[in-house]
Amino acid sequence: MTDEIEFEKKGQMKLLVDGKRLDGREFDELREIKIESGVLKRADGSCYLEMGNNKIIAAVYGPREAFPRHMQDPSRALIRYRYSMAPFSVEERKRPGPDRRSVEISKVSREAFDLVVLKELYPRSGIDIFVEVLQADAGTRTACINAASVALVDAGIAMKGIVTAVAFAKVDGEVVLDPFKDEDNYGDADVPIAFIIRNGEIKSIGLVQMDGNLTFDEIKKGMEMAKKGALKIYELQREAIIQKYSLEEEE
Amino acid sequence: MRRIVLPGDLLAENPRVAGYGTFIEDGKVYSKILGLFDKTETTVRVIPLKGKYMPSPGDVLVGIVREVTSSGWAVDIHSHYNAFLPLSENPEYRPNKKISDVLDIDDAIITKVRDIDPRLKVTLTMKDKVCRPVRFGRIVAINPTRVPRVIGKKGSMIKTLKSELGIQIVVGQNGLIWISGDMNKVTIGEEAVYMIEEEAHTDGLTDRIVDLIKRRKGELANDG
Repeated sequence: MTDEIEFEKKGQMKLLVDGKRLDGREFDELREIKIESGVLKRADGSCYLEMGNNKIIAAVYGPREAFPRHMQDPSRALIRYRYSMAPFSVEERKRPGPDRRSVEISKVSREAFDLVVLKELYPRSGIDIFVEVLQADAGTRTACINAASVALVDAGIAMKGIVTAVAFAKVDGEVVLDPFKDEDNYGDADVPIAFIIRNGEIKSIGLVQMDGNLTFDEIKKGMEMAKKGALKIYELQREAIIQKYSLEEEE
Repeated sequence: MRRIVLPGDLLAENPRVAGYGTFIEDGKVYSKILGLFDKTETTVRVIPLKGKYMPSPGDVLVGIVREVTSSGWAVDIHSHYNAFLPLSENPEYRPNKKISDVLDIDDAIITKVRDIDPRLKVTLTMKDKVCRPVRFGRIVAINPTRVPRVIGKKGSMIKTLKSELGIQIVVGQNGLIWISGDMNKVTIGEEAVYMIEEEAHTDGLTDRIVDLIKRRKGELANDG
């Protein structure tokens, strides 16, 4: 898309109507989230997650032998994170395979998980996390991180806490939580954040990215929104995992 | 019913009670894995619900010989860490014997973990009275986190299986279980083990296992 067209669209699009967002949400409201854990039989841990129109599947394998061999670390586990978008996940066919964008997302997401996984417990092994975007609608990296954390817990891997991610954005001069596609494409700024949550409290931040411009106050406001949103997602992640085991009991 | 805990859940304020599946930070005890919360007067621990087998010294395992070398045997113990049984740790070996005559590829053995080096290279030993090669019977593989339930409190579940069926069972900590005895009874035992694996986190399991065994034994008597 050239700058000219984008400018035109910006002029036309009104992203906020009567104090509400285009999809009818309040500024600090999350999209609808559905999480199910343990959906793949062959994986050690897995998760299917829907966040608005995002549809994500995550699989965790390991701890297992790390390949290639020379990457093995004799004192700790090696975490690999592969983010990939299905060719049919976006309107125009996405060329399959890793590209600049997905390599970057994989790297920053992996670094968030490096902070929580107790890698020293699994020397010489590898933990492989695969996330696949089946349908994309902005904020896929945050949705993928949420799905991957549930899959890691489901795989029984030792961790210091749970990673929960959410984004905030600036559209039409207002700070909003969890932007959807139009807000992301035609908004002024987008900030995905991953929090490390332990025992229902936010302990630290594992990832922050930003595109666009924000003032200090806007970031502060967005952070507060994101924290509240992340805690809500955290509760849903917990429920998804616990529910799986209580279901088995009823049978 | 025990509470299900997730990584990062606060378990106790006193670091001295920390047990299996926990970590300590800022003087507080947190869970590090998904599991069931088990609290006694002196310890808190987490019984894992999922996960792979991590070898630890003294574990009795069922393994399968994968390679014969001039210094010993490489053994598959259903873990991604390699296990090795040196010649010196196998009392059956004599210098005048051929190594592959003592244990050959695909032989199953009941063995014990002697030690593990910091890089998790596992050394096995046969110098224990439970250890022996097994040349008959059946090996059943289950999820290693279910092993404690198959053994039961102070071996109660395994005693039940043995006395109800009159079969021999050795449960490896790695999730491989060796069952031997009358063919039909071994089949019942196998079914019971799978049932324990599937319903490991439910109450009143021993009674249901006894029921299952009685029912299957009845069917067996009617057929015969």
